[in-house]
Amino acid sequence: MTSVALIDYGAGNLRSAERALAHVGADVTVTSDPKSIARADRIVLPGQGAFAQCMGALTAKPGLIDALSETVLANARPFLGICVGMQLLASRGLEHEITAGLGWIPGVCRQLQIGPRDRLPHMGWNEVAPHDHPVLAHLKPAARMYFAHSFIVAPENAAHIAATTEHGERFAAALARDNILGVQFHPEKSQGAGLALLERFLNWNP
Amino acid sequence: MLSTRIIPCLDVKNGRVVKGVNFVDLRDAGDPAEQASVYDQQGADEICFLDISASKEGRGALLDIVARTAERCFTPLTVGGGVRSPDDVRALLLAGADKAAINTAAILEPDLIDECARNFGAQCIVVAIDAKAVAPGRWEIFTHGGERPTGKDAIAFAEEAAARGAGDILLTSIDRDGTGAGYDIPLLREITAHVRVPVIASGGAGNLDHLTAAVRDGGASAVLAASIFHFGTYSLREARAALAAAGAVVRTP
Repeated sequence: MTSVALIDYGAGNLRSAERALAHVGADVTVTSDPKSIARADRIVLPGQGAFAQCMGALTAKPGLIDALSETVLANARPFLGICVGMQLLASRGLEHEITAGLGWIPGVCRQLQIGPRDRLPHMGWNEVAPHDHPVLAHLKPAARMYFAHSFIVAPENAAHIAATTEHGERFAAALARDNILGVQFHPEKSQGAGLALLERFLNWNP
Repeated sequence: MLSTRIIPCLDVKNGRVVKGVNFVDLRDAGDPAEQASVYDQQGADEICFLDISASKEGRGALLDIVARTAERCFTPLTVGGGVRSPDDVRALLLAGADKAAINTAAILEPDLIDECARNFGAQCIVVAIDAKAVAPGRWEIFTHGGERPTGKDAIAFAEEAAARGAGDILLTSIDRDGTGAGYDIPLLREITAHVRVPVIASGGAGNLDHLTAAVRDGGASAVLAASIFHFGTYSLREARAALAAAGAVVRTP
C-alpha cells in the first residue's frame, strides 16, 4: 500500500483530500512531523484560502519546509500540491501582500485576469486540457474538473505547464517539474475523473 | 468554458431531509447522506444542505450527516443554516463541508463575512440572501425564514457582501420559494448586474424552463433547486439537457 503524508498546516480541504486519497487506496497519514514526511512514499500538500496566510502557516511549523525540501527536492519523492498547495510552489505570491513561496517552480502567483462577462472567483467545473503528463493522461480532451480560486500561477518557464484551462485568460491548471506536480483544481472534489487522477498519482514513478 | 452549476439542495431538520412550501408544511423524505449520494452518482455539480434545525441536538445531527456525506461523496458540498461565527464555519469544514453558507448572521453582522473570508478563503464562503419584493424594482432582505424584515436593500447588500469577500451569493426569492412558479428573474438580473461574484439562483424552480430562464435571462452562474429533483419530477440529466438546449454550457459527467 502506498503511504501518503498529507501535510497538516491548517488548510481547509485537508479532510476532503484525506478521504479521497484513502478511497483510492492510499495509506494516508495527516502530519506535519518531519520524520513521518521523510518516511512517506508520496507527499500531498493541500491548501485553501490566501497565499500569504497558507505560506505563513507552513513556515510556522518548525522544520516542515526543510523536511519537504529534503524529501521532495533531494530525495525526489513524488509530490502533489492541490489548489493553494500548488500555488505555494511559485517563487512569490501577490495576494494581499508580496510573499515568498517555496520557489520550486519559478513563477508568480497572481490574480486571474477576467473578461467583462466572467466572474471571480472562478468557481465550478471547467475544461482541463492536459499536456503530456502521466498523471493526467486519463483526462479526455474536454474533461471538466472542479475549480474554486481567484489566483493562478504564471510560471517563468512554459515547459512547466502540465495542463491549461480558460477563464478570462488561459492559465496553468497544472504545473509539473520532475517529481513535482501541482493542480489548481480540486481532484478530491471532481468525482470520478478526480479520483482517477489521485490513483494515478499513487502509481506514478517519475 | 466554465459550465453552469446545477445544485440540488436538501433542507435538513434534526438530521432528516425536509422541504417546505413557503417555509412551512414540511414533507419528510429520508436520510440526507443517502440522498446526497444519489445526487453524487447522478453527477450533481455541487450539493447543498440547508439546516433548519433550531435546537442544539439538531446541529449535532447536522455535523454527523455532513461527515457521513463527505465520506462517500466526492462532490463539493455547501452547508448553511445557523452559521453564526467563524467557529461554526470551521466545524462544518472540519466535518467535511467545502463551503459554508452564512445567512442571518452575515446580514446582521457583515464583518463576519470579512472575518470568515480572511480565515478560510473567499471560495468557501457563500453569503445567502433571502429577498422579498417590496416595491417595483426594490427587494428587501428578510431573515428568520422570511419573517423578519431587516430594512436592508438586497442589491446594495449583495454588493457589500461581494466586496467583503463572499465567494458566491446564494440568492433566494422568498416570494417564489416553494411555489414552483419560477425564480424571480428581475431580482436575479439586478443582482447579477451589480456584482462580479457568481450568483446562485434559488427559490421557485418548478420546471426545467425555470432553470434555463435563470441562466439565460437572469445571468445566474448556478441554479439551485430542491423539490423538482428531490421528488423525482426531473432528473439532473434532464436538467442538463434543457440547459444545453437553451445554449448554456453544462458538464456531462
